[in-house]
Parts: sequence; C-alpha cells; structure tokens
Amino acid sequence: MTATLLEVTDLKKHYPVRAGVLRRQVGTVHAVDGVSFALGIGETLGLVGESGCGKSTVARSVLRLVEPTSGQIRLDGEDITHLSKTALRPHRRSMQIVFQDPFASLNPRMTAGDIVGEPLAVHGLASGKELETRVAKLFEQVGLRPDQMRNFPHQFSGGQRQRICIARALALEPRLIVCDEPVSALDVSIQAQVINLLIDLQRQHGFSYLFIAHDLAVVAHISHRVAVMYLGRIVEIADKDELFRNPRHPYTQALLASVPIANPLAKKLTPLVDGDVPSPVNPPSGCAFHTRCRFAMERCKTERPALVDAGDGHQVACLLNEGTGRSQ
Amino acid sequence: MADKSDLVLEVKNLKTVFFTNSGLFKAVDDLSFSVKRGETLAIVGESGCGKSVTALSLMRLVPDPPGRIVGGSVSLEGTDLLALDETQMRRVRGNRISMIFQEPMTSLNPVMRIGDQIVEAVRLHRNISAKQAQNIAVEMLRLVRIPEPARRAREYPHQLSGGMRQRAMIAMALACRPALLIADEPTTALDVTIQAQILALMLDLQKELGTGLVLITHDLGVVAQTAQRVIVMYAGRKVEEASVEALFASPKHPYTRGLMASIPAVPASGVPAQARLNEIPGTVPSLVRLPKGCAFAPRCKLAIKRCEAEYPPLADWGGGHLAACWRAEEVAEVA
Repeated sequence: MTATLLEVTDLKKHYPVRAGVLRRQVGTVHAVDGVSFALGIGETLGLVGESGCGKSTVARSVLRLVEPTSGQIRLDGEDITHLSKTALRPHRRSMQIVFQDPFASLNPRMTAGDIVGEPLAVHGLASGKELETRVAKLFEQVGLRPDQMRNFPHQFSGGQRQRICIARALALEPRLIVCDEPVSALDVSIQAQVINLLIDLQRQHGFSYLFIAHDLAVVAHISHRVAVMYLGRIVEIADKDELFRNPRHPYTQALLASVPIANPLAKKLTPLVDGDVPSPVNPPSGCAFHTRCRFAMERCKTERPALVDAGDGHQVACLLNEGTGRSQ
Repeated sequence: MADKSDLVLEVKNLKTVFFTNSGLFKAVDDLSFSVKRGETLAIVGESGCGKSVTALSLMRLVPDPPGRIVGGSVSLEGTDLLALDETQMRRVRGNRISMIFQEPMTSLNPVMRIGDQIVEAVRLHRNISAKQAQNIAVEMLRLVRIPEPARRAREYPHQLSGGMRQRAMIAMALACRPALLIADEPTTALDVTIQAQILALMLDLQKELGTGLVLITHDLGVVAQTAQRVIVMYAGRKVEEASVEALFASPKHPYTRGLMASIPAVPASGVPAQARLNEIPGTVPSLVRLPKGCAFAPRCKLAIKRCEAEYPPLADWGGGHLAACWRAEEVAEVA
C-alpha cells in the first residue's frame, strides 16, 4: 500500500438516550463502536452497510463534524482528534465532504459561482478577479460552463447540483474528500456521469476518497478497498476484488446475495438473512450479527470477535474465520 | 399471445396531461399495455418519465387539477375504469385494484392501529362483521410473514420497522384479493437485505393468489429478478417493450442499451478496477418543451436527421418485442 493519509483507531461515537422529566439517561446509542481503518494517499476506501450501521457517523467524525466519544483520528500523521477549532482550521482545507442531497446542501440564495468560491474567500486564498478565474476553472473541471456561475441552484438539475458540490469540495485542493452517498439521489444515467467525474478527478489530482454508500455496485465500481459495517462495527475489510470474489463474513455474503442482478438468467434473489437490523441502542451481545446469522454458534452470543487478518490484508470479524478461516 | 380471458388489465392509448403555469405537459402519452393473471409487468425509467403518473392514472388518483386523463381506456377485468363515476370507482379501488407506495410511513395512518387499518379496508368492500374482519387482518399479517401477527395488529405504524411497515402495506393491499396490484417503487426506501425479503414475499404471494402485478421501478436489477415482461419509458412514452429475457439479451432502443451500460455491476471480478461507466450524456428533457421527433434524440449517439423530425412508431421485432426507434436495427448491430 502507498503512504497512509488517514488513520482511524478504535473510533467510538455514543449518543445518550434521555427520557422522563429529569431527562435522565436511559440508554446509549452505539452509533460507532470501535472502528479502525487506514486510507492511503490516492486511494478510495468504500464504506458500505445498511441504514443505521454508523457509516455516516464515521464520515462525520473523521471531519470532526461530530465529536467522537473516544478513539483517534490521524491525518497525515498528526492527531486531529482533540484539536481546537482554531487549530483545526488549516486541516479543514485538506478535508472536504460531498453530501447525498445536492438540493439540501446548496444555499438557494447564493449563485453557483459564489457557492464554489466561498471556501476560497473564507480561507483568504483568492479574491476579486482571481477568485472569479479560479471558480471558472473549477466549473470547467466538473463539466459545467463558466457562464452558469451566475445561476442559482434551482436552475440546475440534480446531477449538475452535485457537480457544484464537487467543485466546492475541490476549491481548496483537498487531500481527502469524504463522499456521503453522493449518487444515491440521482437517476442511473446521471449517476454514471458523476461516478466517472469522481474517478477522473482522482486520477488528475491524486486525492483520497472515503466513499460511503449503501449501493454495493457503486462502491464496488469506485473503490480500491471496501469495508463492510454492521451496527457500528467493521465486520470485514479487504481489497475490492477479494471482497466481492471471496466474502468471508456471513453478513457480507448476505448483503451480496441480496443485490438484484441485472440479468434475468442469473440466479434468483435469495434472501440469506431474515428479520431486521437490531436497534443500535442495545445492540446484541457478542457478535452483533448473531441474531440474524445462519451460522451462529453458542459462542457468538457472548464473545465479540475481533477484526483479524485472514491473509493478504483481508480482515474479518467472525469466530468462524478463526484458524480455518472459512464460513462457506 | 394469450387469449383475451386471461387478461386482467388492458390499457389502450392512455394519455394523462398536466396543466401548469409553464404550459401543458404530457406526463403519459399514448401508452398501451396489458397484464395477464399472475403476470409481473415491470415499468422502468428515470424520474419524470411518467411511470408513477401511469400508476396513478390506473388507480384514477391523478390530482385534478392540475392533472387530467384526457384519452384512452383502462380496462380492468373487462370494465373500463375511466368510464366509472367516483362512487363506482371507490368500490373498485382497494378491492379489485390496489396499490402500494414507496414510503410506507406516509401511506399508513400514524394514529390508527395496523390491524384496524386493514379491517377498515376489508369492511369497506365486504359485508362482514368487525370480528370476522379482525380475523382476516391477523391472517393477512401472518401471510406477509410478520411474526406474532395478533400482537402486531394492535401496534401503531411507528412501532414497526420500515420492512415491517411495507409488509403491512402489502397485507392491506392484498386483503380483498385484488385482481391487480400496482407497486410503485415498493423497495426503494428499504435496505438491500430487506428489499430481497420483500421482493421474495411479493412474488410468493402473487403466485399463491394469482394477482397481476405492475411493478414500477428504476432498478434494472429488480426488473431482471422479478418481471416476466418489461416496459421502458422515456419522457412519457413507451420506447420499448419485451419479455425480460429478450430485453436484457438484445435491447433494441438506444436508451435501454444506455441504461444497461450505465449501471455498475456486482461482483466486479473480471472488471478492471475503476473502469469508466458508459454514461448517457445530457439530462432528461423537460416535458414542457419536448422535441418534435424522438425525445431521446438529443442524447442519442445514433441520432440522424429523421430522429429530430419524426417520432418513430413502435415497431414489432417479433415475439411482442416492441421498440420505438428509427435505428433499432443498427442498435442491434452495435452489440
């Protein structure tokens, strides 16, 4: 692997659940419960999982948009977990985010040009004529016309709005871009355009993506490595090809089997799991997946499996993979 | 082709328009199709292609104003729904033809128990006692595989998970054993593992009850795994119709082909890392200012002069495979 850009160690984010007149704490949401991973320079790490698995909380914690309960976030070797707002500011330039809903993340009263130029102005990097030239260049980079700078967000289509969000993220020449479901709100034909754009930009600029999505196909397409999350924990992480060819965790296997394949001759849908994802307020003991797992044993109810290496950087958190390393 | 008696639904030249400040637009333009007993017909397309308005037109639920069905016929088991008055339509809706929506939370009544909502639907159409209806409600919840149906029937929508709510919606829609069920993006709001459960459930029930199913979706994977026949819509029109096997084996319309090429595949093995997806350039045109010829022409690689001037008719390519494209032959060759 190339040099590490981002290193997250044992990240936890717990939210208190309060109830009653005295607002006493009656429980804890274990949104993120001990997540560790590393992201190399120029690499794309996909983070997949179902709603409520904590993938967005991980994204926001990395950017310090939510304060982690514990754990460590290192960017370029420097620990940014506890930096004050002022101390964090220079680092903010190197980390940007693109959100899911381009309708909600653009100020409707600002022109597209002002939106894209704002980060440059805020950080005092450009002003006046120079600002305009740089914004125009950013517009071209993301496939928009510079003459559209004076338009307001509502005059753009969904795909174009997402391009504006990407241009804004690019403005400060970041080293890390967190993409939180950037194409989920878009139609398939537009989705392909945006994915291609993201890939092209990475090739040109060499930044890293932490790419969060629930769509396995999209993640498979754009990522170099993929991490699968379930109830606040990473259950499996591996190179993209390895993960999809040889999924080892029963949850990853179930996820892959659930994806409808766009080929009528391929095997029909086989739901490998029953029931719903349990609540993260009181997640099941031991392995959080044991309540839905086909292979669950007595031990799974009490022992929490650690993420261990099964060879070639393929890490799995499953008791079945201990020693023999197979769950098929 | 099937004999007439097998047809549950026959739609002919349906035309639904909306009158807006920026002008009149044809949300559904000259759409014809039919559904047999026990058959699943999928309607695919991107936002604004008219698939949801088609569903609402079949249910006669198009908001009027601004929308109106201005032409065609919708024949359900031989009755033209468009000729019925509102009272008669109310007897059919929820009884012979039902619909489930994308977001179960917004289509369930939040202050009414799940069981009571099913009871209400059943008693509206059948002359039975509250007790009997209650039994049917619990039975339906059991049928959609909700664990402990008797207890769940006494719960409110917010107490159920998203997947459970969609199961409850299906129970309600099927309670009167309709001839036709319309499902508008029924699994789009759900996680993949839950989606797989719900789709499998819908197909099982359909087989068991012999219901005709119109499945509206944007997901070609869902289409491939569930439907027997498929309609592809673009800008309010049907651009292609075929059996699911024929459609995926040899799509005739450049738009269908483009859609198929633009979806990333799982698993990615064999595909080199970060291969570019084939994108369809441009965006879906505004329905208010549709081009005179083929609406897809401005985005189409194969477009010729004729495409911009004349709208191509639906031509039959054999076996009921229809496509509206002047250059359908070339599309096949490109493959």
